[in-house]
Amino acid sequence: MEDRWTPEHVLSLAPDVSSGKAAAKLSGPASWSAEGSWSAERSEGSVAGAAVWGECKGSGSTPYRTVVDLSGPAFHCTCPSRKFPCKHALALLLRWSGGAAGQVADGSDVPGWAEGWLTARRSKSEQQQEKQQERQQQREEAAEPEAAEPEAVEPDGAARAAAERRLARRSARVAAGASELEARLADRIRSGLADAPGRGYAGWGDVAARMVDAQAPGLAARVRELGAVPGSGTGWPARLLEEYGLLHLLAVGYGQVDLLPEQLAATVRSRVGFTVDAADLLRGPLLRDSWLVLGSRDSADDRLTTRRIWLRGHDSGRDALLLAFGRPGTGPDLALPTGLRLDAELAFHPGVRPLRATLGTRYAAPAAPAAAETEPEGLDLTAALDAYGRALGDDPWLESWPVVLRQVVPAPTAIGWELADPATAQSIPVDRRPVPDSGLWRLLSVSGGRPLTLFGECGHRGFTPVTAWYQDDGATRTLAVTQLGGRP
Amino acid sequence: MSTAPYEGAEHEGAEHEVVEHEVVDTDWPELVTTALLGTDRRPLPVAPDADPAIALLDRAALHTVGRRAGLLPGAAAPATPPAPEDPRPALPEAASHRLTMLLPAPGSNSGAGSLANVNELLPQYLAAANAHGYRVPAPLAPPLLDAARARSELRGDAVQLAGPLGRWLAERNPDWRYVLRTPVRGGSDDDAEDGRRLWQEGLFAERVTHLTRLRRRDPAGARELLAASWSTERAEDRLLFLDALQENLSSADEPFLESALSDRSKNVRLTAAELLSTLPGSALARRMAERARAVVSLAPSTAGPRIVVHPPTGCDAAMQRDGIPATSPTGRSERAFWLGEIIAATPLGIWAEDLGAPAEVLALPVSEEWAQDLHDAWARAAVRQNDAAWARALLAGIDPGAGTAAKLLAVLPPAERARWTADFLGGSQGLGDVFQLLVACPAPWPRPLADAVLRSLARVATGGGYPWSHSGVLGVAERALPPAAADHLDALAADADSAWAEMFTRLAATLRLRATMLSELDP
Repeated sequence: MEDRWTPEHVLSLAPDVSSGKAAAKLSGPASWSAEGSWSAERSEGSVAGAAVWGECKGSGSTPYRTVVDLSGPAFHCTCPSRKFPCKHALALLLRWSGGAAGQVADGSDVPGWAEGWLTARRSKSEQQQEKQQERQQQREEAAEPEAAEPEAVEPDGAARAAAERRLARRSARVAAGASELEARLADRIRSGLADAPGRGYAGWGDVAARMVDAQAPGLAARVRELGAVPGSGTGWPARLLEEYGLLHLLAVGYGQVDLLPEQLAATVRSRVGFTVDAADLLRGPLLRDSWLVLGSRDSADDRLTTRRIWLRGHDSGRDALLLAFGRPGTGPDLALPTGLRLDAELAFHPGVRPLRATLGTRYAAPAAPAAAETEPEGLDLTAALDAYGRALGDDPWLESWPVVLRQVVPAPTAIGWELADPATAQSIPVDRRPVPDSGLWRLLSVSGGRPLTLFGECGHRGFTPVTAWYQDDGATRTLAVTQLGGRP
Repeated sequence: MSTAPYEGAEHEGAEHEVVEHEVVDTDWPELVTTALLGTDRRPLPVAPDADPAIALLDRAALHTVGRRAGLLPGAAAPATPPAPEDPRPALPEAASHRLTMLLPAPGSNSGAGSLANVNELLPQYLAAANAHGYRVPAPLAPPLLDAARARSELRGDAVQLAGPLGRWLAERNPDWRYVLRTPVRGGSDDDAEDGRRLWQEGLFAERVTHLTRLRRRDPAGARELLAASWSTERAEDRLLFLDALQENLSSADEPFLESALSDRSKNVRLTAAELLSTLPGSALARRMAERARAVVSLAPSTAGPRIVVHPPTGCDAAMQRDGIPATSPTGRSERAFWLGEIIAATPLGIWAEDLGAPAEVLALPVSEEWAQDLHDAWARAAVRQNDAAWARALLAGIDPGAGTAAKLLAVLPPAERARWTADFLGGSQGLGDVFQLLVACPAPWPRPLADAVLRSLARVATGGGYPWSHSGVLGVAERALPPAAADHLDALAADADSAWAEMFTRLAATLRLRATMLSELDP
């Protein structure tokens, strides 16, 4: 199995522009020695292995040793960089994608320093997997009351009871916060919104703080955004009233959360700010599929870098959203190459319309999809808006929904960018807030005025492009629209 | 911030279950107005036991979800034709990565890299890529056009590499308008209509470029283009346009240049005269030859023949019309000045007829007072008339530090320039004088010249000089040393003190990077 990634797959892993550039620079033969790669088919119940390693000459006297476990992909390097993956790992993969780092005949030819890390990593992930299976088994057994061992359940039961008491206390505080918010919103409507521009952020700042105190970060975030609407230009009263309405709906919804159907209740809780424990989720039902990495986008504020990675299941046809977080200046610790398939298990967060998921066991290194399936199936514009509309029916607070558009032509117009369907002469606007201008021009350039397949988020403000599939010299290539430094 | 509105932005015919009809039919603007004024002031008709504010928020929520769920595509803007296909091959994969690295990232103001000089490499990269006939990969066209927008010296090559896609993009982005005005070397883009538009509407620099290029291809066409708008051009523009005629100058240009001798602007008149003087058969050249023979003559003496000089004592109207200023601009004696002007504008061929081959002429003794003036004027004539035989003879006896040396050197064939400079470096101790000579040599430098430069650098490094006092020479070396010199530089770095070691290492890195870069373009 010698299936090397393309440079664009590799560079889609770069945490930022400068890493990608630095990696391209380091990818010359002069910097590298002792390179190699190894891959093995899945055997005897163990996961197939694939790895690349090499030594990179740095500024010091000892070279950096870099190893990539392709099945993660996971990265290890002796350099002090806090970027993830670091430029050395990216450069090594670039070289590997270009045919360097030849395959060694068998596992015993892997140098000791690389082997050590790989083995440690493998056994760790296998342990996790075993533990997970054990837990699942326990749960299944616990579901049958007579099978439950009283000794084993006792301490667990005590801890669970304590956790439930904590949850109950928090729920009560959130409920109090939600009802206070409900009252505040109604008060503002009674006295009128006309003076909202004069109040600016000030009026809502203390309400947001009260929501934080009430342990409802989801409400707090929405409240904070209310302060920005009056300054958003013409039409602000209608936009502000829309946000009031949705926030009111959420606060009222939480007030009756115990009466709601289970899935809807889960959606409301997550909107209000309750999180789900990833480990808990992974003990629940898992969906194994061959997931196509549709694209990713990073956004950063002063406290946190958030990476969104969208996947689509080959057999299930389901879309999934993975989130990864990192401190500013360091990339989130999850990176998946756009355009490749990943054989893995996902656990979806509960909700009426599950999208967000947690990544469980990965069974193989990401690999290129079959030639005929390089581009994901797309929808026309009406169907895309319809998909968003239907999703709203389940979760009215959705700003957008992930959608693949087929055969659209990007175009700058006098009032903004649009995506046009040449077959119907219809268009939808581009929501360019999360997209740098340079990304849109690159999108236009790869299209050259011809239709292409475009993945992105379709919402009420428009469509936010994430990944484009386009033709070049008969080959299908991907463009990361929001990633500045991406490769051609 | 502004996005085009959906056609169906206010469309309420929702197909989705969530939307109930009686709610959707609520008058939304009415709700907004009520919310702005407040339900205390403007009551909302509701059931008697309901809170109007809560009722309003309920309706707002339903309306919002209904509106968002019912969005439909709008009408597309009229479609425009797609970018024309570009038949050229795309850059090879590795070369394409290299370009990503060389181009500045959006929003940053420099290309990355402190080890090697990336800004210096980009122009070389573009020129080499064009020499191979590649096209830029589509995703790199925008950053390439951005880079050339900021650095106008890159425009010609960038526009050529971007090709038809670049023009198509430029029609859509005002930031890249310059692409439409930048002429492309060779190729089908050279159509006459574009050229005419450029000449009529272009910026000054673009017009000069266009004229220069047209002159290269079609000397008569370029002259006629210029002649047609000559009387309406500004004086300083006329001067530079006239300069463009220097290339491919021929006797066909004489009538136009003769008429320019009566131009309103003095500088234009001088330039026209200078151009005419380089046409050996021109009437002006003949008039100058006559004047030259009157002031320089051969006289026999007991020690053999010697040159006798009698500079003119006045500058008459005819001389002035032929481009000789009536007063010396430099404060030197006017007779010496007029002598220089006459000799510099005289065809060098007459001296062969009158006195012999250049080396023999230069060996002749000259009346003491005027010897330097005469030789300086011959040097100017050799440069102006591009006369290699005279330049060679003059270089043999000249102080190479003088600016004249570099100018004379430029007259020689490239290989000879490098040889001459290498010889000179071999016999000299310093690097101070050679900067201009090195600039005149062809890049990459041939081995002997490269070796000579490296030896000189090693000498100043061990002699305690500072690298920054030689930044000029090091700059040219960065552009012109052949890649093979990198190993030699490494050896020099090993023996040098830290400042020089750093300089040599950096130079070696640049050479290697350039070699890799060029080999990637030629896989």
